[in-house]
Amino acid sequence: MTVTDPAARRLTPAPPSGTLIGMPAFPANARAQLDNPQLRSNLRKATGTIRAKRTAHVAEVAEWEDLRLAAEAIKNRTLRHLDTYLMQLEESLQRAGATVHWARDAEEANRIVVGLVRAKGADEVVKVKSMATQEIELNEALEEAGIAAWETDLAELIVQLGHDRPSHILVPAIHRNRSEVKEIFEREMHQYGTPAPDTLTDEPADLAGAARRHLREKFLRAKVAVSGANFAIAETGTLVVVESEGNGRMCLTLPETLISVVGIEKTLPTFADLEVFLRLLPRSSTGERMNPYTSMWTGVTPGDGPQDVHVVLVDNGRTKVLADPEGRPALRCIRCSACLNICPVYERVGGHAYGSVYPGPIGAVLTPQLRGIGSDIDKSLPYASTLCGACFEVCPVRIPIPDMLVHLRHKVADKKRRGRPRLEPTVMAAGSWAFSDHTHLEKVEGLARIAATVMGRTTHLGPLPWPAAPWTNARDLPMPPRESFRAWWKKNRSEEEQ
Amino acid sequence: MSARAEVLGRIGRALADVTTVDPVADVPVGWQYGRPTPMPDVLTQFAERTADYKATVRRVPAADVPATIAELLTGAGVSSVVVPSGLEAAWRAAVEGAGVVVHGDEPPLSHEELNRIDGVVTAAAVGVAETGTIVLDHGPDQGRRALTLVPDTHLVVVTASQVVSDVPEAVVRLGVAGGSNPLTWISGPSATSDIELSRVEGVHGPRTLLVVLAE
Repeated sequence: MTVTDPAARRLTPAPPSGTLIGMPAFPANARAQLDNPQLRSNLRKATGTIRAKRTAHVAEVAEWEDLRLAAEAIKNRTLRHLDTYLMQLEESLQRAGATVHWARDAEEANRIVVGLVRAKGADEVVKVKSMATQEIELNEALEEAGIAAWETDLAELIVQLGHDRPSHILVPAIHRNRSEVKEIFEREMHQYGTPAPDTLTDEPADLAGAARRHLREKFLRAKVAVSGANFAIAETGTLVVVESEGNGRMCLTLPETLISVVGIEKTLPTFADLEVFLRLLPRSSTGERMNPYTSMWTGVTPGDGPQDVHVVLVDNGRTKVLADPEGRPALRCIRCSACLNICPVYERVGGHAYGSVYPGPIGAVLTPQLRGIGSDIDKSLPYASTLCGACFEVCPVRIPIPDMLVHLRHKVADKKRRGRPRLEPTVMAAGSWAFSDHTHLEKVEGLARIAATVMGRTTHLGPLPWPAAPWTNARDLPMPPRESFRAWWKKNRSEEEQ
Repeated sequence: MSARAEVLGRIGRALADVTTVDPVADVPVGWQYGRPTPMPDVLTQFAERTADYKATVRRVPAADVPATIAELLTGAGVSSVVVPSGLEAAWRAAVEGAGVVVHGDEPPLSHEELNRIDGVVTAAAVGVAETGTIVLDHGPDQGRRALTLVPDTHLVVVTASQVVSDVPEAVVRLGVAGGSNPLTWISGPSATSDIELSRVEGVHGPRTLLVVLAE
């Protein structure tokens, strides 16, 4: 009997083994990533470039802050009346000739897409870059059903061919530099279609050319495409995809069937609202005045593009986020990645440490809400931040990420405590007693001096015994002075001055 | 229970704190839609910003459009083009006069046939000065979406009256005309920033974008 290599039976490159949710807590992942100097240098260069571009192009817009306020309000209006707008969206889509499907969770969304592809008799799909399909792990569901899912965005292609995971929302291969990309293309492309040319160099233009040749035959022959959507307009049923390379246009235009997997929070009330978001999104994401291509389509257009159009509206945890008024603002996110690019933590550890399809600051607030705080990684994500606040400053829809991180830390702490009393309120009560009256304070100061003398330390208080141990293990305290200010004052000033 | 009923039910329960029924009254949006963005000269801005993306831009009097089309196509080394059925007759004649093979799209060309054609010549619907963007609404003088996607060179003629200052005015024009036509917003040739976040031109869409601004 021959034992076949399980990888050899696959239609598309295998992703790394293990699940995201099974990853260790953030500090362990971060420590492992920090050991990789190549990663840090790739990230520093890339995020530095994009931050400079963003700053320059945002500065050109005099009314930037008003645009942010408008976007926040439009998204709040939509989310607070999401049922109304979703029913309107459904009606508009159906009127325009699209078929609307609803999915409670990832499993149901995948089942719907697999069913639609099978009904077409297709054994492959071409894909537009989509966070929603990453989140529901659609590619693996299709692979198990014997359908090959080809990623066509350049960065997604690098990730797929590299047997890798995305590490950034907008630029999933941000952790790879040009020479790594060249190596991946040379090793993998020929196994899945048109090979990389023998003369391939590590010039980005050359690498983009290799991707163009590799994917062209797939675009021309594909019968089914799968996309997400940046916006879905309730009033008209128009879906919008914002992209750069034209791979999105290929997928949205050439196949006979188009299936769009859309998170329910992507809805916008009116077509006019696009004037706000199309000014905010490109400047916030790639730091350009406008991205090269934006496609808008409304159901089926006779004689132009796919004549069989489906939209799958996905919940998958979004209604849980909606139910917490303090967590709700995370659903305003338009997936621009400005918060990743500005974050000092993300810049050092990269996206893989977050164990989530949504890395960086937005991932730290969105993922624990979508998945719940059951796993080690999800419990640790609200702490994956210094609370410096830069993410809020750059967020085009003004998500108060630092406030939400604190809110989620409370939730994690409450869950850990499970009703047991906490030390913190006791310490706070003691502090309150000490500061309420000067005689109390003098007693405490005296006690602190005695304790310090007994413990025999000179300049700093190091680790203290339990219950203060978890706090003082990572922090120093200066030694209380030999004499308190009050005592010094008494000794050195006359009666009148006192 | 259907997934639709369940998801809508979850949303209803999640929004128990929302008591105002009218969305517009519940959350006011303090934004004035459709305003122009002030700039010294809309056409100059459009020409400069479009060229910023490494598109080739020519500003010419309307009468010179046919000659400019011929000159640009020859310069780009294009030997065959597809033209939409509603393209201005004088423009089509100019292409033919330049010795370029002209294909129509009736009956529709197959993907493979389109892939063998070098270029495409179209009109446009709207030009956006601030962002250097050209919007196609795929009317008869622009053709179905595949025509301006598969060939490697796109020559597009934008007339001065189509150019607006910024995105808000463009959205108003397209919304009024819109209906259910697909729309393609084009800002320069196809590009990517996926390798080390530096922009390189030329991936899947047309790698050469030639823009004629007719005044």
